[in-house]
Amino acid sequence: MIEIIFYILSAITLGSAFMTVISKNPIHSALWLVVSFFSIAGHYALFNSQFLAMVHIIVYSGAIMILMLFTIMLMNLNISQEISKPFVTKIVAVVCFCLIGLALVTSLVQNAPVIEAYTSTGKDFQSIQVLGKILLNEFVVPFEMAAVLLLMAMIGAVLISKKDKTTA
Amino acid sequence: MEHVLQIIGIDHYIYLSLLLFCIGVFGILYRRNAIVMFMSIEIMLNAANLLLVAFSNYHEDANGQVFVFFTMAVAAAEVAIGLAILVAIYRNIGTIDIDNLKNLKG
Amino acid sequence: MDTNLFTIALLLPLVGFLINCFFGKSLGKTMVGILSTSTVGIAFALIVTQFLAVINDASPTKDVWFDWIQILNYSIDFGFYYDQLSILWLLFVTGIGTLIHLYSTSYMHEDKDFHKFFAYLNLFVFFMMVLVTGSNLLMMFIGWEGVGLCSYLLIGFWYQNQDYNDAAKKAFIMNRIGDLGFLIGIFSLLHIFGTIDFTDIRSLLEYENLGTSIGILSIATLGLFIGATGKSAQLPLFTWLPDAMAGPTPVSALIHAATMVTAGIFLITRMNFIFDLTPNVQYLIAVVGAITSIVAASIALVQNDIKKVLAFSTVSQLGLMFMALGLGAYEVAVFHVITHAFFKACLFLGSGSVIHAIGGEQDMRHMGGLKNTMKTTYITFLISSLAISGIPPLSGFFSKDEILLTAFHHNPVLWIIGSVASILTAFYMFRLVFLTFFNNFRGTKEQEDHLHESPASMTLPLVILALLATIGGLISIPGSSWLNKYLAPVIVNNAQSQTHTLGTTEYILMGIAVIGALIGIGVAFVKYIKNKHVPVNDNNIPGLQKLLVEKYYIDDIYQFLIVQPINFLGSFFKRNIETLIGGLISGMGLLAGEVSYQAKKSQNGNIGLYLFVFVIGVCAIMYYLFIAN
Repeated sequence: MIEIIFYILSAITLGSAFMTVISKNPIHSALWLVVSFFSIAGHYALFNSQFLAMVHIIVYSGAIMILMLFTIMLMNLNISQEISKPFVTKIVAVVCFCLIGLALVTSLVQNAPVIEAYTSTGKDFQSIQVLGKILLNEFVVPFEMAAVLLLMAMIGAVLISKKDKTTA
Repeated sequence: MEHVLQIIGIDHYIYLSLLLFCIGVFGILYRRNAIVMFMSIEIMLNAANLLLVAFSNYHEDANGQVFVFFTMAVAAAEVAIGLAILVAIYRNIGTIDIDNLKNLKG
Repeated sequence: MDTNLFTIALLLPLVGFLINCFFGKSLGKTMVGILSTSTVGIAFALIVTQFLAVINDASPTKDVWFDWIQILNYSIDFGFYYDQLSILWLLFVTGIGTLIHLYSTSYMHEDKDFHKFFAYLNLFVFFMMVLVTGSNLLMMFIGWEGVGLCSYLLIGFWYQNQDYNDAAKKAFIMNRIGDLGFLIGIFSLLHIFGTIDFTDIRSLLEYENLGTSIGILSIATLGLFIGATGKSAQLPLFTWLPDAMAGPTPVSALIHAATMVTAGIFLITRMNFIFDLTPNVQYLIAVVGAITSIVAASIALVQNDIKKVLAFSTVSQLGLMFMALGLGAYEVAVFHVITHAFFKACLFLGSGSVIHAIGGEQDMRHMGGLKNTMKTTYITFLISSLAISGIPPLSGFFSKDEILLTAFHHNPVLWIIGSVASILTAFYMFRLVFLTFFNNFRGTKEQEDHLHESPASMTLPLVILALLATIGGLISIPGSSWLNKYLAPVIVNNAQSQTHTLGTTEYILMGIAVIGALIGIGVAFVKYIKNKHVPVNDNNIPGLQKLLVEKYYIDDIYQFLIVQPINFLGSFFKRNIETLIGGLISGMGLLAGEVSYQAKKSQNGNIGLYLFVFVIGVCAIMYYLFIAN
C-alpha cells in the first residue's frame, strides 16, 4: 500500500517537473510546478515529518509560486512572446542532462556506500516539539540569522523594484 | 505501521532526487525565459531538500530537517530578490529573454 | 734602502694627478705647472738618494703592501721590488719626466685644458713607476695597462679632431692585442712555477731543477714577447707609433721616445733568466728586432713630417735594442735604452721647439734656414743627431757599437742588417737637420716674421738632454763598463757582457760603423745642401719611393685584413642578429596580446554559455572527486 503511494507520488513529482520545463506558456509552467511541490509535500508526509510538509506547502506553494505568478502576470508573458532557442542549444541541454545524471549515478555506484537496512528505534526526532527545541537551543543563531536574511530580502526587493520618480 | 524506509529502502529516494535534479539542470539550459529558469532552480533545490529529509529519517537525526528549514528560508529570500531584479530588467529592456542580457561581453 | 722614501716618490705623481683633476681649473696655470713639475722633481730627488744608496751596495728590497690574490695554492701579493734595474729605470723616467714637465709649462701655455694635460702627465709618470717597481708580473701589468690608458688619453688630447681620436684608439687597440700575448705569458708562467713573483721565479730556477719542458716555457716567453711587441712598437704591431704623433710634442717625447716604449725592453730584461732558457724565442726576438729596424729606417727616408721621421727612427732604434735582447746581451740593450732616451727626447723637444716657433707647421718642406734664428735649438738638435748617427765620442756611438759588436759575434747577417739600418739612420737624421735648419726658409712670409727662439723653460731641458747625450756614453765604455757591473746582480747569465775585449776585429768594426755613418751624412749633405734638393709634392712620386712613402702599405693591409672584416661582422650582427633578437622579444609581447585577444572571445556575455560551462565544471569536479580515485 505504501509502496503504491510512493510510486504514484514519485510519478507525479517527476512528471510535473518535466512538464514545468517543457511548457511553452509560463503560467502553465508555474501551475505544474505547484503540483510538483504538492507531491513533494506528500513525500514529506510519508516520512512522518508533518511539520516540514506543512511548512513546505505554505512557503513554496503558498508564497513563492504566488510571487512568481504575480510577476508573470505583471510582465504579461504569454505564449506568443516565447522565442525558442536554436536547435544546438536544445541538444546541448539534453546532453548536459544525461551527463550530469551519469556523473551523479556513477559517483554513487562507484563509492557504493554501505546502506544497511533501516532499523527503527521508535525515537521521536521529528515531531514539532523536538524540532522546536532543537531550533531554539542548538540552532538559535542560524535561526535569528535567517530572520535577518528575510528582512534584508524584503527591504532589497522593495528597493530594487522601486520606480524612479524622475522617469515617470 | 512499518516505516516507509523499511518497505522501500533509501536507494529509491536517492534515485528520485537524482532524477529531479537532472530535470532541473535540463530546464535551465533548455529555456530562455528567465522566470522558467528560476522555476528550474527551485526544482533543483527541492531535489536536494528531499534527499536531506530522507537521510534525516534514515539516521533518525533532526539536523537534516533543520537544514531543510533554513534552505527553504534562503530559497524564499532568493526568489524575492531575483524576481525584483527581473522586474527591474523588464522595465529597462522590455523583455526577459536572457539572450539580450549581454552587457558583460568582454 | 728606505722603502718609505720609495713609497712617497711613487705616490707623489698620483697626488699631483688628483689635485690637478679636482682643483686644476681653479688653481690657475702657473700653480698647476709648478705643482706638477715639482711632484715629479721631488720624486726624482728621492730616487737619486736611493740610487746613491744602492750604488754603495745596498741590497734589493721588496716592499709588500698586502696579500692580494689567494686562489687555490697561488698567492700573488701587492708589492714593489726595488733593485738596481728598477732604480735605474726610475731615475731616467722621473728625470726626463721632470724636464718634459718643465718644457710643457711653456709649450702648452695657450691650451685651455692645461690642467688636464698635467693631470694626465702625472698619472702617466705614476703608472710608469708602478710598472718598473712592481714585484710580480701582475703588478707590472697594472702599470702596463695604466701607461696604455694614459697614452690613449694623451694622444687624443685634442679630442675635437676625429683623426687624433682614431690615432689614440689605434694605439690602445694595438697595445691590447699585445696584452693578450702578455696575459698568456703570465698564465703560462703561473702554471709552470706556481708564482709570478720575480725573485721567487729566479730562486726556483737557480736552486731547483724543475725539469720543465722547453715547449711550455717557449709559449710563456713568446707571450711575453708579443706583449713587448705591442708596447714597444715592433713588427707587426708598430703602426700605431707614427700615428701617435697626433698628440702634443711633449707627449711624443716622454711616452713614445723615452719611457713607455721602453717598457717592453724592461719586461724582457726583468725576465732575462726565463728568456735564457728558450733560445728559439730569443732568436725570434733578434730577427724581429733586426727586420723592424731596417723596415722603419727605410720608411723614415721619405717621410716629410718632422715628427713622423722621429717616430720611425724610434721604431728603428727599438728594433736594434730588441736585436740585442734577442742575442742575450741585456746590459747592452739597457745601455742603448738610456742613451736613446736622452737623445731622442732631445730631438723631439727640439722639433717641438721648431713647430712652436713656426706656429704649428710640421712639414719639413716648408721649413729651412732656422739655424740663424733658433741657435740653441739648432745646436742641441745637431748634437743629438750626431749622437743618434753614432759619431764618437757621443753616447750613441758607444751603445750602438756594442749592439753591432754583439751581433757580429753571433750572426753576421744580423750585423749587416743592423749596420745598414744605422747608415740609413745617419742619412735620414741629417736629411731632417739639413731640410729644417739649413738653406733658406721655405714657408710663408708671416711665419718668417714670427720666428723666434723658444723661452728658457723650453731650451733648458734641451740643453740638459744634449749634455747627457754627449757624456752619457761614459757609463759603459767597452772594457770597463760601470753599467755592466751595476746590473750584474740582475742579469743571471753574464756571458754576453764580458766578451768585448777590444781586439782588432772590434776596432775594425767600429771603424766601419763610423765610416758608414759619415758616408750617410755626406750623401745627405750633397743632396740637400749642395744640390738644394727639396722633396717633391705627394702626387708625382716614382715607384719604389711610393712604396716607402705608403709605409709598405702595411696600414692598408691591416685595414683590409682585419678592420674591414670586423666592421662587416659588426654591421652584419647589427642588421641581422639584433633585429632577430629584438623581434623575438617584441614578438613575445605580441604573442601575449594575441592570446589574450583570442581568450577574450570566451567572455561573450551569453548567460546560456556560462551556465553550460558551470554544468560541465560540476561534472568534472564530481568526476575528479568521486569517480577517479
